[in-house]
Amino acid sequence: MTEQERIQKQRTERSKETSVDVSVDASKGDQLKADLDDLLDEIDEVLEENAEEFVRNYVQKGGE
Amino acid sequence: MAIAKVLGIETEYGIAGGPDVDPITSSSIIVNAYAQQGRTRINWDFDDETPDLDARGVLGLTSFAPIVETHLANTVLTNGARLYVDHAHPEYSSPECRTPREATLYDAAGEEVMRRALTIANESLEPERAITLYKNNSDGKGNSYGTHENYLVSRDVEFASIVRAMVPHFVSRQIIVGAGKVGAETTHGLQADPFFQLSQRAEFFEEVVGLETTLKRPIINTRDEPHSDAERFRRLHVIIGDANLSQFATLVKLGSTALLLALLEDEGPQNFPSPPRHPVRAVRSYSLDVSLRAVEICEDNQWRSAWDLQDQLWSLAARYVERRGGDAVAPTDEVSLIIEQWRQMLDGVRDDAASVADRVDWVAKLRIVKGIQDRYTLDDHDAKLRAIDLQYHDIRPQRSLAQRVGLRTLQDDELVREAVHNPPTTTRAYFRGQCVARYPDQIVAANWDSVVFDIGQGPLQRVPMMDPLRGTAALTADLLEVCPTADDLLEALDR
Repeated sequence: MTEQERIQKQRTERSKETSVDVSVDASKGDQLKADLDDLLDEIDEVLEENAEEFVRNYVQKGGE
Repeated sequence: MAIAKVLGIETEYGIAGGPDVDPITSSSIIVNAYAQQGRTRINWDFDDETPDLDARGVLGLTSFAPIVETHLANTVLTNGARLYVDHAHPEYSSPECRTPREATLYDAAGEEVMRRALTIANESLEPERAITLYKNNSDGKGNSYGTHENYLVSRDVEFASIVRAMVPHFVSRQIIVGAGKVGAETTHGLQADPFFQLSQRAEFFEEVVGLETTLKRPIINTRDEPHSDAERFRRLHVIIGDANLSQFATLVKLGSTALLLALLEDEGPQNFPSPPRHPVRAVRSYSLDVSLRAVEICEDNQWRSAWDLQDQLWSLAARYVERRGGDAVAPTDEVSLIIEQWRQMLDGVRDDAASVADRVDWVAKLRIVKGIQDRYTLDDHDAKLRAIDLQYHDIRPQRSLAQRVGLRTLQDDELVREAVHNPPTTTRAYFRGQCVARYPDQIVAANWDSVVFDIGQGPLQRVPMMDPLRGTAALTADLLEVCPTADDLLEALDR
């Protein structure tokens, strides 16, 4: 078995035991939570104010 | 023997606003605004556009040839790119590049071209009529527009082999290079009613193989228009991809695809993973499942997730690089970077999504969508979440959410600014871009495989460029340097 195949095998074995949801909760620590909070504050500042109208008015013709 | 994987990306940008809110008018304003800077008033030449030629050799009864619109704003830039109005969108088609990293640079340059065009255009418009541009692929209401990749492939490869080898990659790569989407917008997508999908484009695909790009979109497009010597080359036109804001995603999208094509040329399709028995169902169902657990039955009767397919494809590519290097795709260090990033993204999306939120667009987008949803306890269908999705792709620095989520950049800004003006030195785009920069008044038209000169006397003179690897700086820089005028150049070429 080559080194690469061994690494591959380890990865595959690990995959059977673990599966991870994409999550934004604080389980990865306070730092992650704080970083996300800062980011969300920034997004709140620049996000279009009238989301409903913004989304409704964005209509495209198909392309390609 | 694999041939050099010359490649590039064409992107239709979403467009809103403008004087009469008509997207064709607004798109023309954008293209003309950029062209009128002075150096880029040269028209595109349509002489060799044959988008109705089918790589399968026969034209199916349900096939409709795409329409080429010749009357709309259309120009060639000094960096070798084409900037034009395609249907109702401004489109930037990058110059031909020699490596995935270079093509990623020229894709980023395209964003910068659009930002500059937008700034110039909006200076002459009332604020309430300002235009906005989005590097995305759908409006959330069932209308989609494309981000297409192009790869140079040897004519020796049978088209059927491309289909056999590449379907598994094209249905599964979205788990790392999907741009993410809140909700769904097609009849079958709405039936599934997902909160979030991996891909902007997946639900719009209806066929496995076909010629169309605007209806009945196929996973493998058969347009046989090599824009080069058709005896030696194919151009694989890949229409199943999302516009990425993450430069690392663009690198891995291009790099993985180019490596697999090189492997196909060198060793044939037999070692590629067995494709899903129902590829259209697979591409849609994989997109709908952010847990990445969805499996599809493959032709060998094994069930595979998109992750399983990518894992096999990665191993195939990594072993190919060990055996043969990846010279056809890029220099050794770049190939290593592609292989390493591809692996990290794959493991990341499954085991630790946060670790790749700085590289995988759908992960970065989902993180802020969920974040805002949790913060305000919003319903899954709240317009605010769709607004985040849309604004992720806004190209204006003051509005772009993609620029705020901490995406790692591959190319520094100075290089991108240079790439806005200067062509790659590694392909015929160098000759095209240099001619446009040096002899703008003597060029009447240019396209992918020729430049047409009018030197004021005699007939127009077409300089053909049928090989994408000729016309490089190495082959033409000295010549261009000693030719102050187009007359001199044509005379020298004639000798």
